[in-house]
Amino acid sequence: MSAALIFAHGFFSSEDVRIAIVVGAVVAVVSGTVGTFTVMRGQSFAGEALGDIGITGGSGAFLFGVGPLWGFVAAGVVAAAAMELIGIQRPRGRDLATGIVLGAALGLAALLLYLDSTLHNTTGAGRTILFGSVFAVSVGTLPLIAGLGAGVLALIALLYRPLLLSCVSAEMAAARGIAVRAVGAAYLLALALAVALAAISIGAILSTALLIGPAATALRLTRRPGLAIAVAGLVGVAAMWLGILLAYDSYYWPPKETGWPVSFFVVTLIFLAYLLSGLPALLRRRGRSG
Amino acid sequence: MSDRAGRHTAIAPTDAATRGTAEILSVQGVTVRLSGREVLRDVSFAIAPGELTGLIGSNGAGKTTLFRVILGLQRASDGTVLIAGHARSRRNAPIGYVPQKFLLDPDMPLRARDLVGLGLDAHRFGIPRPSRARRALIEEMLAAVDARDFADTRVGLLSGGEQQRVLIAHALIGRPRLLLLDEPLANLDLRAAQEVVELLARIASQLEVAVLISAHEMNPLLPVMDRVVYLAGGRAASGSVAEVVRADVLSELYGSHVDVLNVHGRVLVVAGAGDEGDMHGHEGVFPGRRHAPLPGELAL
Repeated sequence: MSAALIFAHGFFSSEDVRIAIVVGAVVAVVSGTVGTFTVMRGQSFAGEALGDIGITGGSGAFLFGVGPLWGFVAAGVVAAAAMELIGIQRPRGRDLATGIVLGAALGLAALLLYLDSTLHNTTGAGRTILFGSVFAVSVGTLPLIAGLGAGVLALIALLYRPLLLSCVSAEMAAARGIAVRAVGAAYLLALALAVALAAISIGAILSTALLIGPAATALRLTRRPGLAIAVAGLVGVAAMWLGILLAYDSYYWPPKETGWPVSFFVVTLIFLAYLLSGLPALLRRRGRSG
Repeated sequence: MSDRAGRHTAIAPTDAATRGTAEILSVQGVTVRLSGREVLRDVSFAIAPGELTGLIGSNGAGKTTLFRVILGLQRASDGTVLIAGHARSRRNAPIGYVPQKFLLDPDMPLRARDLVGLGLDAHRFGIPRPSRARRALIEEMLAAVDARDFADTRVGLLSGGEQQRVLIAHALIGRPRLLLLDEPLANLDLRAAQEVVELLARIASQLEVAVLISAHEMNPLLPVMDRVVYLAGGRAASGSVAEVVRADVLSELYGSHVDVLNVHGRVLVVAGAGDEGDMHGHEGVFPGRRHAPLPGELAL
């Protein structure tokens, strides 16, 4: 198979593609790192909620003519703070607080999306906010994305040990003198920012896929926390890059002259990776019984 | 050899512990009221390094609350807790703590050695820097609790007894002078419980650590307990087993007549006829030897 068949004409010379490759890698690494803790802490619902709440931020940003990333970040941070303030101190209280904030934010999103479509008379905005397109990221946004990504990674590195022990047992962490609540709040901030970054590349709704999918895959394959983070990042980057390639190539697939959405490929690849990661355990079980 | 030196720093008793047998933990007149209810009333006792103390009481007697007070996670309405003669603060020598009903998710990517390592420095920010000294300390602690065989297994996949041993290593690696274990024998089968008890007795005497174990069943602890703190209705009686586990002392504690029966070396506390039942020692069979031979030595 020649390279021309795999990389359709102009793949590497397209500036959109080059930006997408950089943004995709940054976003996937950040999502994989934060997502590993999200899965360990059982906070997938909070991750999903913060992604959905990005719809409110994205549609608000569109209404006021601001870049969508600002909207995603603002909505995520405000929502995370609200969840933390409601912070019901019962085992299921965390999900309750998340659900309440999610409901309120989506109500606001309904209004903002309505105003977007009536005042701006466009339907494309809604689709971009929900399902995103990593090809639509402008060069000017790159420094902001890189800066936010580095900030989130630095925050997770700082929190690493107390956060890990809090994942094991909040009680043990508290007995060690760790401020469990503060660590949790700082982590929630990192989660909100990671989700905002994912939303800019594959859309607010699909951001959960990038956050949870690679991390869940990594947890099946490794038994060390640091390695799990690395594998999650790698799976995410691989899915992103392959998705970008397939989306670019799909321009030459039927229906002619319209590419398939990149987010579809990325999310599908992540799902496939998760399914494949179950194979080793399955084969081992077969081998033992056979 | 640096390896050998590392071993000695890992296992040698702390300086303070070798200085004498001053009380490590002193609980004085502690009363805790939670939403109007008196959970603990005027509880006093003290324990010294090298001692193994059983905190015995039925479910709801206030054992976990007392632990939370000692750990500084729960404020006492009245009374004081002194650790090595000082009021509790974050700068105190750390207290090792193994919580109740610990069951780790099998999906958690964390090996036994990772969890022990977290005991060393989880309170610090940042990513742990691997070093030979750190690895040697972890290896030494794993050996001390006989956990080397499953050091590289996910903690969530270990049996209850194995998890307890890893948690004890996690709690001990920070060189605490006081080790608290909340119901470590619950959910363990008889053999695993006996192994954990023997391990804890070994640790108490050889590392000069004061070990406080809560349990609703005192019989598994009888062979190794130096002291007992018996909690009932929020009040406590403490002393040696012979001083405390007596019909008159426990009857006064319960506020109603109870009998203390010795059956084949096991102790049964039985409520008198017509009284509200609060019975200990009704589960399991454990030989009530006062001096159990301690198999093996700590790997030094």
